[in-house]
Amino acid sequence: MLEKPPISDLQQEALDIRRHVIGLAAEHLCHVGGALSAADILAALYFRVMRIDPAAPASPDRDYLILSKGHGVLALYAALAGRGLFPVETLASFEQTGSMFAGHPTLKVPGVEVATGSLGHGLPVGVGIALALKTDGDPNRVFVLMGDGELQEGSVWEAAMAAPRLRLDNLVAIVDRNRFQAFGAVEEIMPLEPLADKWRSFRWDVVEVDGHDMSRVVEALERSPAKDVPRVIIASTVKGKGAPCIEDTPRAHFTKLTPEEAEEALRALGVTA
Amino acid sequence: MSIQDNVKSFFEVLLELGEADPNVFVISQDMGSVGPFAQRFPDRAIDVGITEQNLVGVAAGLAIRGKLPFIYGMAPFVTMRAFEQIRTDLAYNGRNVKILAVFTGLAAGAWGATHHALEDIALMRAIPGMTVIAPADMHETERAVRAAAAHPGPVYLRLGAFLPVHEQEYDFEIGRAITLRKGTDAAIIATGNMVWAALQARESLQQRGVAARVIDMHTVKPLDAEAVRKAAAETGRLVTAEEHSVIGGLGSAVAEVLAETGAGRLARVGVRDVFCTEVASYPELCAMHGVTAEGIERAILSLL
Repeated sequence: MLEKPPISDLQQEALDIRRHVIGLAAEHLCHVGGALSAADILAALYFRVMRIDPAAPASPDRDYLILSKGHGVLALYAALAGRGLFPVETLASFEQTGSMFAGHPTLKVPGVEVATGSLGHGLPVGVGIALALKTDGDPNRVFVLMGDGELQEGSVWEAAMAAPRLRLDNLVAIVDRNRFQAFGAVEEIMPLEPLADKWRSFRWDVVEVDGHDMSRVVEALERSPAKDVPRVIIASTVKGKGAPCIEDTPRAHFTKLTPEEAEEALRALGVTA
Repeated sequence: MSIQDNVKSFFEVLLELGEADPNVFVISQDMGSVGPFAQRFPDRAIDVGITEQNLVGVAAGLAIRGKLPFIYGMAPFVTMRAFEQIRTDLAYNGRNVKILAVFTGLAAGAWGATHHALEDIALMRAIPGMTVIAPADMHETERAVRAAAAHPGPVYLRLGAFLPVHEQEYDFEIGRAITLRKGTDAAIIATGNMVWAALQARESLQQRGVAARVIDMHTVKPLDAEAVRKAAAETGRLVTAEEHSVIGGLGSAVAEVLAETGAGRLARVGVRDVFCTEVASYPELCAMHGVTAEGIERAILSLL
């Protein structure tokens, strides 16, 4: 692994994540859209930004990623497999009896830091890890990837109040702003806009990016923090990105792809089935 | 000199633990100072304000980095408002976090039913891997806090407004009940504040010629099932006593054991599945709802 892989490599890793997600979605009824929308962000984190040692995933020197949007787990599993924490072939056992791969992250899977699934839990836990690191003067960073629908949980805003108060400039929240929740558009079900203003008013450093523009995603993740100020990256994304048949539709959230749809998606990614 | 003279408040115990282990944190929810610990270790005494869900999540995060967080909060809010965080972030994730809950049972008295904690044992008991301890007095609290700190995994400590119960030194062990008084006519299995009431009831029963065993069941989970079975076999009549709903707490835990062994009759002293809506002082509310020595005595007599 190169220290700083070029953007093109990261794009390839994101492609691989999408390929695995689509492959599994052709076999299972599962959360597809939120995995595909987060693929670029996870590729940037796992293949360039975060300090992790695949041979020692529990090393105290590591950076942390909490997948607060636990249903995006397929992309996380694919990223961890791609990073070498377990063989890519094992992903085929997803949700099979006896597999370590449940439909939401669990601690059985190497590299998973927090078992999630219920929404709104990740940011408070991230605050706790970041607080411990700051207290000890450790340089590790904490990333919390949340869905935008998830921001409807009050616990997110409890933690959003706490992080600036505790001066956690080692904490980065990332909102995968794909604009859909389980049964419709976020802005129709329970609007969040003006979202950036909400975070600013909670005294966060807000960065807005196109969540599929790898250079911008990397730049936002790697930019030095303002002293004592936590950062939130609002990443505009497309739910189901990479599977044209479901992109930007409510169906993207939880579905099984037909063989034709999966083939079409892989062709669109430039990968042959 | 009774050992009560030497009892430390749990704040002092926390300070001691914090002196011995730099990983000890106390995180609270708008509970003001956590005594000498906060003065001595301001960086390890964190008040996150009135954010119970966040409070539990932060504790889980601290534990991920090897810290030993003690959550200090009001029982009704920290358990109910953050129940799912306790279940998921602490227990499911196996985090080593201790919850020190105050204002348990009816202790909030005339503040009203929002502030009464009558469901907390039931809730905490239902969580896999959770240890539930309700010490009987300050001496036992001191022991329990130390034992909880040394015990790996999440622990819920239900702290009450205590009168002294223990008059001599003893070994405190999580999950092992203490027989405070012998007796074969009946047995009172009590937890928390109600252990003192059980001793009072025992005195009164003695005058009627009834010898009641008194068991301090400080750990409600894991329950000392052997002590229950033994008491059932040797006395045939059990009364549980807790400042908690009769549903889901100590009484239910004991009933589960008895149902599986088929031995002994049981009466449960506790609040009878109601909100305590009367405006009254703490002792008056306890009296109105029968969570008193008299209530225990009546329950024993009903079994004779």
